[in-house]
This record gives sequence, structure tokens and C-alpha cells, in this order.
Amino acid sequence: MDLNELRHGTELLKRGFAAMQKGGVIMDVTTPAQAVLAEGAGAVAVMALHAVPSEIRKQGGVARMADPQIVCEIIDSVTIPVMAKARIGHTMEARILEAIGADMLDESEVLTPADEFHIDKTEFTVPFVCGARNLGEALRRIAEGAAMIRTKGEAGTGDVREAVRHTKLITGSIRSLKGKNKEELARVAREIEAPFELVEETAKLQRLPVVNFAAGGVATPADAALMMQLGVDGVFVGSGIFTAENPEKMADAIVEAVNNYDKPDVLAEISKGLGDQMKGIDIRTLSDVETLQTRGW
Amino acid sequence: MKIGVIAIQGNVAEHVNALERTLAERNDRGEIIPVRQSGLVPDCDAIVLPGGESTTLARLMWKEGIAEEIQNAAALNVPILGTCAGLVLLAKHGDCQTTRTKQRLLDIMDIEVRRNAYGRQHESFETLIDIPVVGGAFPAVFIRAPAIVRCGDDVTPLARLGEYIVAAQQGNALALAFHPEMVEDTRLHHYFMDMI
Repeated sequence: MDLNELRHGTELLKRGFAAMQKGGVIMDVTTPAQAVLAEGAGAVAVMALHAVPSEIRKQGGVARMADPQIVCEIIDSVTIPVMAKARIGHTMEARILEAIGADMLDESEVLTPADEFHIDKTEFTVPFVCGARNLGEALRRIAEGAAMIRTKGEAGTGDVREAVRHTKLITGSIRSLKGKNKEELARVAREIEAPFELVEETAKLQRLPVVNFAAGGVATPADAALMMQLGVDGVFVGSGIFTAENPEKMADAIVEAVNNYDKPDVLAEISKGLGDQMKGIDIRTLSDVETLQTRGW
Repeated sequence: MKIGVIAIQGNVAEHVNALERTLAERNDRGEIIPVRQSGLVPDCDAIVLPGGESTTLARLMWKEGIAEEIQNAAALNVPILGTCAGLVLLAKHGDCQTTRTKQRLLDIMDIEVRRNAYGRQHESFETLIDIPVVGGAFPAVFIRAPAIVRCGDDVTPLARLGEYIVAAQQGNALALAFHPEMVEDTRLHHYFMDMI
């Protein structure tokens, strides 16, 4: 590289951007006013959507990327990074969102998949975050170029159970790689359908090679603290804030809970008097076609 | 020797790792302490303010009472390194973005900063910049990086890129717009530790 020659869109820049989000809360927003509230509460980034996941669930039909007009208005309203969701495999939605300046794209199961294959994310300058339920899925997404992983959980339910399950599955699988030799790791790679090199790297690091957030059902300060305590790098909060009675208090409280996740006495203070929380849906009442986490592979 | 890394949010683990590598290269013993609450900074011999989101960091630093402790440490000449968002926090003067978000800065260095001076993530870049105090070309990673638009008389610019200053020093405070913790090169971390 020559002095002052600029290189854009490198792996280091994509993963580096994700690393700047660590220890933070990323909030779903649908209007500039909500984005400003999230920024004021200390969110590290916002996810610009046309409707929060619980609304998308209710509306039904085909869920697509948000109107670029809404994303642009949100971009203009805050100084923190703005992320946006594209449908799984929808390369053109992703190109459009990249073109309007979204800082990171979420190739998301919350929207209706456009292909059985995921986007080739190495072709983009903008970094991607992708959902995963287990180690194989996480490593396949990283192999496709994802710079950040989040649990899929079960979006729009306000039920944290699936996010907990996916986090424990991933960390448990990583723990079980410890002490395995090359051929044993090769067998694991075959079983979980992931590239050997990434399995080997994960075994050595004893964590995912990229930043790993919790998502999909995180709705309260206690939920956020629970996920941090399970070892994730940060949390996405979808419907939990703007379907709560007092979004401002809830947003403030979740940000503070992430910073104090290991202090139950502080968490107790933070959790007091927040008003009605998101009503939510018990995941066990969902039929198979209503679950979002099974979208993608 | 105790080095406190403000661990509220952002690139904390990378800084801890880079500091540990630097200590090992110097055959120095030292303890790296992650700081998320007040009470730890007064015992530190040096402080690192990592990159992250400056609005988030500022809000929680003041709320947790860490900000005043850092200001007191700076007044006692304790070396302080701020990278990326950390550079913004060290500044005396912000820009329209810091004003609109009512971000309280630490006012430790007499510099005026511009947040996201080079644009959004799409425009983030890697490059080599000339930093004479560490012997020339240094690999610099700029992620939605801020820059210094004006320095007071007591501030020494250490590196420039285009129209902006991207590294500067005032006494024992060192501000960098990029991320030395993300590269193998530890020369800037050595330069910082030489101040302790």
C-alpha cells in the first residue's frame, strides 16, 4: 500500500465496524423521532424498519425491505450508525440499501426470503450481520462474508427463550471443539456443514471469529442482562422498546442494564417503574409456519 | 503499573490485547484493568479511551461518574490515549453533531473535532499515514472516523491526512482518529507507554 492510498470495504474494516458496536444496544426504529429517542438513550446504532417485527408478524403477507425514503430520513436524523434489513438472498435490496448509505445490512429472516441461498456478502463494501441458530449456520454466514452474527431467537415475540437457546447451543458447540485434533475438527466441519478453516479458527479462539450479538425476543433490561451474562457481545432490541408503555424509560434502562449486567442490585434499580412492557407471544403457541427462525439454512 | 481501559462499550478487548503485547515486547509488568464503573480510574497510571459510539460512551461515562475521574487524572498529568470516539471525548470543542446530541466532552485537549469527518461506513478506509514521532509510515484504520479541524497553541499535530489532523498530543494526552489496536504494529502503544 502507498502512503495516503485509501482502501475501502476490506474485511478488517467490516469486522472493525462490528467491533465498535460491542457492549452496546442496537434498537429497531420506524421513524426519525424514534431514532432520535434511541440515540438519546445511548443506543450504539439503530435498525431502520417500516414496522417493528411484532407488527410485521401481525400484518402478514410478504415482508420486504423498508421504503428507502424512511431509511434516508432516519439516516439524516441521527449521528449514530443506521442499519437496515434486506431479505435473505435479495442481492438487489441489499445493493439499494448500500447505495443510500446504510452503515450495515441485516440479511434477515424477519423479512420474507427471496432465495434459498444467502447473499454473497464478500461482493459488498458495506458490512453485513446475519442471524444464526447454531454454530454451523453462524460459520456458513461468516464464510459468505458476514462481519457480525446475531442469534435468530424468535423475532417479534418478546419471548427471550429462543435467543437463550441459540446462544447456549453456539457457545456449547464452541466449547466442545476444545482439545480436538485436526481430523476430529474435520469431522465436525462435515457434520455441521461449515468450512474446516473456520471451525479450526473458532476452536482456537474459543469464540466466533466475528462479533456476536443476541437478538430475537429481547424485551426488557433483565432480558438484555441475561444475554450479556451468557457471553454475547451486545444486544439487538426489536419490538420491546416502542411497544412498551414508556419507550424512553425502557430504552434508557436497557442501555444501562447492558453496562451493569453483572450487578443485580443495580439492575433492580434500573428495572423499577418502567410501566407496561411488551405483551409478547409465548413461542409455544406459534405454529411452524409462524416461526421466523427456520427461514434460511 | 496499572493501565485502565474504559470498557463501557466498543473496541475494548482489542486495546487490552494490544497493551498486553506491548508490555510483553518491553518486558514490562503491568496490569490492564477494564473500567465500567467509578472508583478504578484514580488508581491507574494511564488511561485508554477506546473507539465505539461517542454518544453512548459520553452518556454512560458521565452517568457512572467515570468522566470526572478521567478529568482529575488528566489534571494530574496521567497519560491518556483516546482513539476514534476517544479522540472526540478528549476534545474541548465539538461540532454540530456533538451539539445536537448534547454530548458532554471531557475538555482535556484544546482541539476542535468533527465527527464522521470522512463519511459513513461505506467511506471507511485503511491507509498508510506518515507519523514522524514513531518513525514514518504507519498502517491506519479509519472507521466512520472523526478528525481534528483546529488545534490550540499547546497542541502538537503528529499526523495529517488530506485537510485534517488525525493524530495530536497535548502534554500527556494523545488523540488518534484511527485504530492502532486493530493492527499488529505496536509503535504508537510504545510511544504512549513511554509517557508513563
